Amino acid sequence: MSDLVTIFVDGIELQVEQGATVVDASKRVDVDIPVFCHHPKLEPVGMCRMCLVEIGMPMRDRATGEPVLEEDGSPQINWGRGLQTGCTVRVADGMRVRTTTDVVDEARENVIEFLLTSHPLDCPICDKGGECPLQNLTMAHGLGESAFDFDSKMQNEKHVPLGELIFLDRERCIQCARCTRFQDEIADDPVIGFHNRGRALEIVTLSDPGFDSYWSGNTTDICPVGALTTADFRFGARPWELIPVASISPHGPEGANITMSTRQEAKSGGRVVIKRIMPRQNELVNEIWISDHTRFVHHFADAADRLTKPLIRKGGVLVETDWDTALTTVAEKLQAAGSSAAGLSGDRPSNEDLFAFQKLFRQGLKSHHIDLAASRIAGGDVTAQVGIASGSNLLDLGRGDVIVVVASDLHEEAPIWWLRVKQAAERGAQLVVLNVRPTRLDKFATHLVHYPVGEAVATVRQLLGAAQISDGASDQIGKIAEAIVGATNVVAFYGYEGLTYAETDVLAKSLANLLQVKNSDGHSHVGRVNNGLIAVWPHNNTQGAWDMGIHPALAPGYQSVDQPGRSAAEIYSGVQDGTVQTLFVMAADPVGDGLMNGRGLLDFLVVQELFLTETAKVADVVLPAQSWAERDGTFTNGERRVQRYYPAIQPVGESRPDWQIIEQIGHKMGLDKPHFAASLVFKKGIAAGVPQYSDMDYRSIAKVEKQYPDVGGEDLYYGGTSYENKHGLGQQWTSAAESGDVAMFTVPDVTPSAAGALPVIRTAALYTPGTLINRSDVLSPRMAQPTLHLHAADADRLSIATGDAVIVSVNGQSLQLSAHVNGAAPQGLALINGVSYAAGVLDAKIETA
Amino acid sequence: MTHIILRHHDVENIHELSVYQANGGYEGLKKAFSLGPKAVIDEVKKAVVRGRGGAGFPAGLKWGFIPGGDMQKYIVINTDESETGTFKDREILEKNPHQVIEGALIAAYAVGATKIYNYWRGEYMDAAYACEKAIKDCYASGLLGENILGSGFSCDFYNHFGAGAYICGEETALLNSLMGDLGQPWSKPPFPAQEGLYGKPTVVNNVETLANIAPILVNGADWYVGLGTDQSNGIKVVCLSGHVNRPGNYEIEMGKVTYHQLIYGEEYGQGMRDDKGFKALLPSGGSGPVVTADALDADVSFEGLNPFGSMMGSASIIVMDEDTDMVWATEKMTHFFKHESCGKCTPCREGTFWLEKLLIKINKGRGTQEDIQKLERVATQIQGKCLCALGEFATSPVLSTIKHFMDEYKAKVNTAVPVPAD
Repeated sequence: MSDLVTIFVDGIELQVEQGATVVDASKRVDVDIPVFCHHPKLEPVGMCRMCLVEIGMPMRDRATGEPVLEEDGSPQINWGRGLQTGCTVRVADGMRVRTTTDVVDEARENVIEFLLTSHPLDCPICDKGGECPLQNLTMAHGLGESAFDFDSKMQNEKHVPLGELIFLDRERCIQCARCTRFQDEIADDPVIGFHNRGRALEIVTLSDPGFDSYWSGNTTDICPVGALTTADFRFGARPWELIPVASISPHGPEGANITMSTRQEAKSGGRVVIKRIMPRQNELVNEIWISDHTRFVHHFADAADRLTKPLIRKGGVLVETDWDTALTTVAEKLQAAGSSAAGLSGDRPSNEDLFAFQKLFRQGLKSHHIDLAASRIAGGDVTAQVGIASGSNLLDLGRGDVIVVVASDLHEEAPIWWLRVKQAAERGAQLVVLNVRPTRLDKFATHLVHYPVGEAVATVRQLLGAAQISDGASDQIGKIAEAIVGATNVVAFYGYEGLTYAETDVLAKSLANLLQVKNSDGHSHVGRVNNGLIAVWPHNNTQGAWDMGIHPALAPGYQSVDQPGRSAAEIYSGVQDGTVQTLFVMAADPVGDGLMNGRGLLDFLVVQELFLTETAKVADVVLPAQSWAERDGTFTNGERRVQRYYPAIQPVGESRPDWQIIEQIGHKMGLDKPHFAASLVFKKGIAAGVPQYSDMDYRSIAKVEKQYPDVGGEDLYYGGTSYENKHGLGQQWTSAAESGDVAMFTVPDVTPSAAGALPVIRTAALYTPGTLINRSDVLSPRMAQPTLHLHAADADRLSIATGDAVIVSVNGQSLQLSAHVNGAAPQGLALINGVSYAAGVLDAKIETA
Repeated sequence: MTHIILRHHDVENIHELSVYQANGGYEGLKKAFSLGPKAVIDEVKKAVVRGRGGAGFPAGLKWGFIPGGDMQKYIVINTDESETGTFKDREILEKNPHQVIEGALIAAYAVGATKIYNYWRGEYMDAAYACEKAIKDCYASGLLGENILGSGFSCDFYNHFGAGAYICGEETALLNSLMGDLGQPWSKPPFPAQEGLYGKPTVVNNVETLANIAPILVNGADWYVGLGTDQSNGIKVVCLSGHVNRPGNYEIEMGKVTYHQLIYGEEYGQGMRDDKGFKALLPSGGSGPVVTADALDADVSFEGLNPFGSMMGSASIIVMDEDTDMVWATEKMTHFFKHESCGKCTPCREGTFWLEKLLIKINKGRGTQEDIQKLERVATQIQGKCLCALGEFATSPVLSTIKHFMDEYKAKVNTAVPVPAD
């Protein structure tokens, strides 16, 4: 914590960190200095002049340096020559601030009047009307009427698409530059900027496609007027009609806190619908930012092709049936299969769903044949030991700390973490990036290693070796090892890009051991706040799936089972050879993903889903589940933070929560009666059955505390229209290392997947087509197209040019791709992008179509 | 009179390096090398060379703010001469570029800078070409580049064209523009001496200021202090324009010449054009308040116009005769400020726009008595709230003409055709 100084704001004495601005400091004692351009997350610029206040400093005698005192002994204050902008002036010891004097009031009136001379005052049709900083501050500080001649107003374009997602109204813009500064400073995508000057100053997009950034929606939140609106929400609803519902992003391991703004509307047949998704402040998780993926993906919940009734196969076709028939059929079939029944789950459902799922198999059927339908990355058992310690906040990392990122393109896979890692690097943390190819993190890296194809594991092992010996080797690996061991705090992220599942296991364990290497003071980098390992899980609740025991060898809470069941791969082969006869698939599409070849020799297949996926199409029974928007539950993010989400809309058709369906099946099999609510599944099931969750319940997870900066409260102007967190900051469960030393991991040997002449890896894209995102029309123009990235030398050799149609055969599948020769791929490695997941280094055949 | 800065009047072809050197050129730099950096700064401090760009901040103090240490430092020459009626820097650089290069080199040596950027007003092509030629000659003669004159001091010099913005004469806007960003000023602190070009300590000096440096080192600070007044040392190049018979740049000793002499003196303006009567003058282009005949006996110095509520600024004197329509002139100046406002801060962006609207209305005869009051109120409302000085400047012509020429405003609104009702 930096040094504190004492200042007086309108006579209120307060202690505040040195370096804080007067506006931010005053906010601590609820003195609201109005602002437009200032944003507590952005560097101050002092443009709008709304925050003008009187600032004085105690006088000192020039000769003696002694304070000059008034007759009554109080210090004499030098109030300077005029008003100063509270957003740019930093606090200093003894500073006096006056915010309520006549001269300050008048300045505010003046600035508001100036702003309104150009503002269209079309509040009655403006999306921001009702939650608009300019509107609110005009009410608070403006004159009742303007002397400006209405006919002299500038007339500008009112519907300027800055891209497909964001629209600009040039008349409403007050040139505060919050949007351009956000894109510049926070998002590192300076794709919008000012053009021209004076009253003609206007926002333009500099990219093609327009406003090409994963973060564009955030500018509409922090815009202090209705100048920037999303294509999704504009003219869609009035803010005061909206009911905010707290939720968690259904995508990505970061667990971004969101608010769903809902409205009951006639045009949707009287249904309550989601009108928009906005960030919900959680300084521990996503601060006040969300990616456009999180903002716009929600349309799947309201998609027209959602399953509404249970389906059952009759005469070879799936027909609608009632719940009782469906549940009875499933229960009978599962019970008949008994311990041979297998279950596969996706990693999207809630902890409650996942817990119920494994309980049905383990307790109801005595089967351990359960796994994630698609496992890309190992190490839940490792992060349970040495994962980032509870109480950590990536926001605290900076000078003296090291962040390691291995085999992950965070910008595409976990954009919130990319943002926070980048910001930590900007605060002075050393960033170590190890990957096989360039990524968006490279430019922030202190130490950058592009290891050769197939050598991810070898490189990390080398690093571990160097750290353990610590002989001060001056090669790059030696320097990185030295930086890591000597750092105050170390957080290591590992992903799965270009790696097999077995390789990720080795990676996790090697990194875990690296973090456990003790420095000269005897400190390691596990079990302490702001230290530990983070797996870049592919989905929003992969962590929960590990915790809940969706694993053939690990029961809930990472308890080993005596006789492990079949893994997903073994289940798939069993489906083909007839050794698995009965399969339950929840929230996954192994057929569509190419993991399972039809229904094989299955006797019975039940699929529980939102949509009629390829797997559902070949099922015997299809059970319609509710999406996350229709019910409550918890997700656990990659930092092991358990977070609640709340029901926002009514159930679609007859769909039911996953956990409820499973418990109803169980009940028909003779297990306990279904719980009345998700909270009880958590309390009676999870808290009792998962040791790590034993101190949690829905109330503890929903606890909130005052967060700074104080945005999203009554005063919308300060941070834009973000939502204050009233519904829970979540609770991080304690890693084993926090309660005592953990043993070094035994690192198995692993052979990298064999590669052909030109190795190929599949890389992630935030907008990769998939079951959920495909239903979001607004994102469809931005969807990642199936692409093959080649280095120029490789492209020459293969006689392939940008734009050529190519066919890449991977694992027996032929992919139609468009070639790009653009520097994304290093020489000797081709990248495929915008296609479904394929593990490891691929021995692919590339041909021109 | 022998010139100190406008020496091209006395020495033919002084723009050529050989001629410049034959007339004592680069002796100041050699003197600087012999004194050492600290003594150079002390000498310039002692001479109190107030900035000739208009603000009058002492150059020596500015140099003294540059921190020690090995980091990269820069000298930036402000050649974005864009104030209405100012054209001295152009002549100085076009006719005698070496005196500026020498001054900048001395500054660079004094503060430890190794790069000099000369930021040009984009329209000053000819002068820039003259300067570019001079730079080439300096490199060829070892006056720029590595190990200058065997001193161990190395320095490079780059010319850079601006894109035509008045605001880029403001030092932080200039630096932003030089870095390739939008030409908008930033809120100080940080001052350029702490975080300037590319975040490094930077001195930004006006062309004329730097032209004073070599003579000071050669002749000593005491010589310089002996010229001018208590508060305004040395000499000043004034830009005389408007309704005078002989407009042009004139070098004067500060405090020794009155505005009356400048207009009517044989060696200066040689009287009002067509022998018209004098009405008013702008002492510092559009940005200083207008003064009337009562101020003519004031001398040209930083403090000379203080009693008349105006200032010398960059000494760009625009003289207006008895026929000048002051409301029309105010509209023209306001249009200039509105056109040149960068748009960054609200009062300037919106205020100059509003002021011009009101002035057009009044000039077109559609104004009312209230519009004059409104004009004054809007101008007052801008004051004290802007990010940089431009917004403040924009109010000067409006408020000073209202003060001195209210009758002209009234005449415009009194003869007004009534605005038709909507």
